[in-house]
Amino acid sequence: MSIELGHFALVLAFALALVQMCVPIIGGQLKNETLMRVGEPTAMAGFALISLSFAALLSAYVLSDFSVLNVWENSHSAKPLLYKITGTWGNHEGSMLLWVLILAFFGALVALFGRNLPLTLRANVLGVQGAIGSAFLLFILMTSNPFTRLDPAPMQGRDLNPILQDVGLAVHPPLLYLGYVGFSVSFSFAIAALIEGRIDAAWARWVRPWTLAAWMFLTGGIAMGSYWAYYELGWGGFWFWDPVENASLLPWLGGTALLHSALVMEKRSALKIWTVLLAILTFSLSLLGTFLVRSGVLTSVHAFATDPARGVFILGILMLFIGGSLALFAWRAGSLTAGGLFQPISREGALVLNNLILTTATATVLIGTLYPLLIEALLGEKISVGPPFFNLTFGPLMLPLLAIVPFGPLLAWKRGDLWAASQRLFFAFGAALLVAMLAYVVIDPSSVLGAAGIGLGAWLVLGAATDIVLKSGFGKATGAVAWRRLIGLPRSVFGTALAHAGLGLTMIGIAAVSTQQEERIVALQPGETVEIHGFVLRFESLRPFTGPNYTEDQAHFVLNRVTGKPLGAVVSAKRLYQARQMPTTEAGIRTLGLSQLYVSLGDRTPNGALVVRVWWKPFVTLIWLGALVMMAGGAVSLLDRRLRVGAPMPRAKPGKAKVAGEGARG
Amino acid sequence: MNIFARKFAAMALLAVCLLPPPAAAVQPDEVLQDPKLEERARSLSAELRCMVCQNQSIDDSDAELARDLRVLVRDRLKAGDSDEQVLDYVVARYGEFVLLKPRFSIRNALLWGAPVVLLLIGGMVLLVASRRRPGRGPAALSGEEEARLKTILRDGD
Repeated sequence: MSIELGHFALVLAFALALVQMCVPIIGGQLKNETLMRVGEPTAMAGFALISLSFAALLSAYVLSDFSVLNVWENSHSAKPLLYKITGTWGNHEGSMLLWVLILAFFGALVALFGRNLPLTLRANVLGVQGAIGSAFLLFILMTSNPFTRLDPAPMQGRDLNPILQDVGLAVHPPLLYLGYVGFSVSFSFAIAALIEGRIDAAWARWVRPWTLAAWMFLTGGIAMGSYWAYYELGWGGFWFWDPVENASLLPWLGGTALLHSALVMEKRSALKIWTVLLAILTFSLSLLGTFLVRSGVLTSVHAFATDPARGVFILGILMLFIGGSLALFAWRAGSLTAGGLFQPISREGALVLNNLILTTATATVLIGTLYPLLIEALLGEKISVGPPFFNLTFGPLMLPLLAIVPFGPLLAWKRGDLWAASQRLFFAFGAALLVAMLAYVVIDPSSVLGAAGIGLGAWLVLGAATDIVLKSGFGKATGAVAWRRLIGLPRSVFGTALAHAGLGLTMIGIAAVSTQQEERIVALQPGETVEIHGFVLRFESLRPFTGPNYTEDQAHFVLNRVTGKPLGAVVSAKRLYQARQMPTTEAGIRTLGLSQLYVSLGDRTPNGALVVRVWWKPFVTLIWLGALVMMAGGAVSLLDRRLRVGAPMPRAKPGKAKVAGEGARG
Repeated sequence: MNIFARKFAAMALLAVCLLPPPAAAVQPDEVLQDPKLEERARSLSAELRCMVCQNQSIDDSDAELARDLRVLVRDRLKAGDSDEQVLDYVVARYGEFVLLKPRFSIRNALLWGAPVVLLLIGGMVLLVASRRRPGRGPAALSGEEEARLKTILRDGD
């Protein structure tokens, strides 16, 4: 019964989304306030209905209701409760339902917090959100209905793919979708601005918190996914340049560019047209990612042809929204006036350079991801574009960008002084150089590249710290004054510094692990040892273990330093899930400081020894800790009063915020 | 969706590759005696695709076919082939699909050329734009507008 209720709620939500799409926009054209106001209640009711629908599917999963086709295909009664819950979105239909749930969530947030937006803008934004919502709701109802019944109901389900039975599934897809779909709000604002033909600095200020929030979630989602793959897939890689990964990286790169160009627009009302275009492109990349992953086109053009219904439908949505929005852009962009002027050497100039490089990098990843499809479709030949290509193109593009990051915040708006900024960064540069030399001498004298990468990361971290120190005036003013100024700095200054420093930490992790990781591949009998990076790992025994829905062979190891200092046990296992008879590897990971020892099991050799692969991964945790710091930067920025207010500030109180604002210019 | 679907991919891979008993990628018995040669074998393996897997190099893959290719690469290296000769040999047998780093060729010109060309075009557009700006005369805003803008900006800064 509740399943039918959920289905019905979804159909109702679709009807409501159609109303949300049409009525407010028509109202905006007719300047009819009553019609325009229809957007908010429909957005909120739509969210409520989709929540109800999602809850219905969730309860079917929790109760293991195998009379629902989707539950039967992806669940099992012996599965732990957590995976029954997360299994709701561990499949195509459920994940699409989560997608529209989050879309509706953002729509409701706009309706709720957008009360200070001009009425027409709000109406148009909600209208565009309604359009996206109705397209995807129709997609679910037509091709991917999670509420299809199965009669007679089987006694037992087919279980969730074992690789997905992990806490990662609880965190990764929701975070990623919050990011993906969050960019829809920036998109809707851009389209609304084009419909109205009016755009100003205030628009950028309204858009920025939404972009920032989406970017923050996407950062977390990508990092979480990377860590999940790292520990679950059993060979310790953190990024594979897999097309599916690229599909999530593309909107992240676009969104990062958008964040920076919206800043220029807000502060200097320049780059208006470009910012609108970026907002459109970023969400288009989200849609493209959804299409690539959901249609199966990535495996092969032919796989796409075998089950075309879903793929063709999303392709239609894709063309409608990307084509439509770009056409609207081409038509209306001319009516947007160009804004403030600036010298090439200025904060704006630095941000433009940032945008140039990020856009090129985005295009490179996009072309690399789609090229095999293009060649196969045009020439019928199959080629591969893999990690070596991306490392060779994306790497050299990003390195100069990272190198100039610390200069940006130190340059003044409009007309900057590069020499003065360089002088201020002198200390950071010297210290980063020292770090690079230390890395070279102490860690590994064989890798210049690794040392340079670590130095570059340190440069970002120290540059960010320099920015904070200078803006609070340490060294110039007395300690107490500087401290007061530091506290008074706008939160967004800390946000910028944190995000840039986080990037530096990630860079250090990537550089260290890709150039200085150590690996041992050995066949061990019980009692035998393997030595790696000053550690001795002794294989004790192989013991069977039975979990709730799997059995596993656990290999127990004892870890010691070469000096004999004991570091305790490490357990690594090979697991077999009963329902699907599918094996997985459970890596044994020991975190030591910021580095990790990674133990993964292979096969038994004919003479009974166990194949063991051991990696020493120096500073590997920094890759994900850096992403957390970036997220923290986003969160701190979001708490900035100017963004929270969301509209031009009332003239009334020339209080604290303003004084702080003055300090920020320094 | 990222890992999430990558895991579905991994599942397909598991179904194809792992049904013969699962095994770690490079096996101890494959490793060459000469560390220099082994290092070359490893970096070559990272550039070769496991043909039956989804976007995995033979260095990472557990599949039988990947193992055969790894052994083949090592045999060629032991026979004294250069890296280029090994790749040519493998491509002659399996086609260019096996290369994770596509060759520089006319067909792949767009792929390899895009980053450079885009960067150049973007840079040129910016250069022209910044050159043209001062020529357009004084700022488009009147003095009064400038002042208003300042107060608005001070509000937000």
